[in-house]
Amino acid sequence: MDASSPSLLSLMSFSQDGWGARFVEGLVVTVQVSVAAYAVSLIFGLLGASAKLSPYRSLRIIADGYTTLVRALPELLLLLLVFYSGADAIKFFLSFLGDDYADIEIDPFAAAVGALGFIGGAYMTEVMRGAIQSIPLGQIEAAKACGMSPLLRVRRVILPQMLRFALPGMSNLWLNATKDSSLISVLGSFQDILFMGYRAASTTKHYSFFYTMTALFFLVLTLVSMAIIRLIEARVNRGYK
Amino acid sequence: MDESVAFFLSIFPRLLAALPLTLALTAISGAVGNALAVPVALARLSPNPFLWIPSAIYILLMRGTPLLVQTYLIYYGLGEVLPGSFIQQTFLWEYLKDGFWYAVFAFSLNTAGYTGEILRGAMSAVPKGEIEAAKAYGMSKSLILWRVTLPRAIQICLPAMSGETILLLKATSLASLITVWDVMGTSRQIQKESYRIYEPLLAAGVIYIVTVFILTRLLNFVERRINQHRAAPVSA
Amino acid sequence: MDTTLKVEDLHKKFGQVEVLKGVSLSANTGDVIAMIGSSGSGKSTLLRCINLLETPNSGRVYVNGELIRMKALADGTAKPEDQKQVERIRSKLAMVFQSFNLWTHRTILENVIEAPVHVLGVPKKEAIERAEALLAKVGIADKRNYYPNHLSGGQQQRAAIARALAMEPSVLLFDEPTSALDPELVGEVLQVMRKLAEEGRTMLVVTHEMGFARDVANQIVFLHKGQIEEQGAPREVLSQPKSERLKQFLSSTRH
Repeated sequence: MDASSPSLLSLMSFSQDGWGARFVEGLVVTVQVSVAAYAVSLIFGLLGASAKLSPYRSLRIIADGYTTLVRALPELLLLLLVFYSGADAIKFFLSFLGDDYADIEIDPFAAAVGALGFIGGAYMTEVMRGAIQSIPLGQIEAAKACGMSPLLRVRRVILPQMLRFALPGMSNLWLNATKDSSLISVLGSFQDILFMGYRAASTTKHYSFFYTMTALFFLVLTLVSMAIIRLIEARVNRGYK
Repeated sequence: MDESVAFFLSIFPRLLAALPLTLALTAISGAVGNALAVPVALARLSPNPFLWIPSAIYILLMRGTPLLVQTYLIYYGLGEVLPGSFIQQTFLWEYLKDGFWYAVFAFSLNTAGYTGEILRGAMSAVPKGEIEAAKAYGMSKSLILWRVTLPRAIQICLPAMSGETILLLKATSLASLITVWDVMGTSRQIQKESYRIYEPLLAAGVIYIVTVFILTRLLNFVERRINQHRAAPVSA
Repeated sequence: MDTTLKVEDLHKKFGQVEVLKGVSLSANTGDVIAMIGSSGSGKSTLLRCINLLETPNSGRVYVNGELIRMKALADGTAKPEDQKQVERIRSKLAMVFQSFNLWTHRTILENVIEAPVHVLGVPKKEAIERAEALLAKVGIADKRNYYPNHLSGGQQQRAAIARALAMEPSVLLFDEPTSALDPELVGEVLQVMRKLAEEGRTMLVVTHEMGFARDVANQIVFLHKGQIEEQGAPREVLSQPKSERLKQFLSSTRH
């Protein structure tokens, strides 16, 4: 490195010219995508778990197919598949509602989030299903015995108790969501942490430095997440010491 | 529609030809990574801070950052550092021109971190009594490790290790992003050449599903053989 | 030296609690010593200090006349000077545990040959021959290819005894060998132990089985709160206890 080129550290400055600011912008995008995708996976997870535990065989088969297929395929492949086909499928269905709808462009953000959420949902289904099945039967029987309706039982007994068992799995899936969000850099329309790292590295040719920075930003995200998770676990597990 | 199906079927041979590469990535990274996991786990369990702290940091780095970032870091990072260094003069340079070995390197390191953590948990779960008995019979520390702790630990964490192997198989698809022509990479190449989006992905998908299915069955079989001491007794 | 085992002035502390307060003991070849006492009296700790599964804070242990060399540490504890010496001496003392501690990933036969082959260097073929003879001796030869989990508690403990015998030890150490067994299985294990005593083996047995202590042991040691309160021949100690505490202890246990 010659003396005239800017020092590595100055490259990362948080000013307008520095990459540091870009990385922070990327971090924001990563968090947005992760949170949204996680929320979607929660929905798919609840639906999937209910389907797997339902008395209807057809629902169980669909749910089994969902989890088995999604978990057998690489995330990258699924992301590409669901991203392209999901957008097209929605457009296809919407076109029935009228020609005005045929031109709707599905927002890439929504498509990516939907895809990631769909993938995460398969794993979430298994976590939730296992958690619900771990609830001691007596708890549910007591709820039935005092006359709670199914809806009330779910709200007051099943969901709260399931949370305790599901927490480790759900925490793990959150950490996976933050890491898998980096895959969207492949789709090209997102400026997450990895995209910023790629841009910085290819522009300045300081590959090792900027990809290390990329890793560091993800690491910080992971560490903060782990700290928050520990707090949540402590809160949820009170009363069970 | 028929034309689509015809195309779908026609690309299978080319994708299947790439399957050995995917399997090689999985097998080599798995073997190296799992072997490295043993020292990682041992270091993590050591009371010596010069051992357990670096090991804990290593595990945190591997599990706390995306594999994709690790892969890019190794591929582009080493690609930046290595040319012009002495490595270029050695026999290793042949290997380092191809994305394949960077992918193996990245996946092995990552596997060592994940499996190392799993193994650590399993080694802590080995019944203390069995280790005590080994001590009481005069076995040295290394003998106890080889004859009791490691075999028992591997038995305990076998399901988790099988799961990790399947995850590794799927993770190898990331190699396609650093110019490796595995199943995923070939699929994307077909996409570019034919301007078709779905058929290449679906065909690759079918291959992955079938491979995962077969691999899962294989791993279950191995699991059952190794854990036969828990199964129903055989007549003498 | 005729004294196969000698323990002098053993002290052991766990944190602030002193569990052994200066215990001395010796065993000649062929002695069968039963150690009795209530829980917390230190009898298991004493046994485990002999093969250094616990390290005594001070005191001396001699096996076959050889002193286990210890190094005193700054915090009042001690550790063995030479780990190799410890391993060598351990290979001459075989222990039978309350929870059997068979290696569950190996068959019964493999359990019995494991230490002879890998610690003593006995050739595998020879070890297998010896093992089969020992398994026959304890009465479970037909179970040699089973895994420990498939055997009853009594069978597992008998296998553990065979494993101990395979080392051809100078002293057999038994740590409450029948305490974890269902009552109806206790008898088969005691029977094996009785046979061993009759063969003239040197045995140190921590036990609650008073019948065994009375009929098989040639010496009884009563421990209370880390010290030997009384010791002597079973006839004297059990029928005419001298100390108050021993009288109390005996009245609260059937014998």
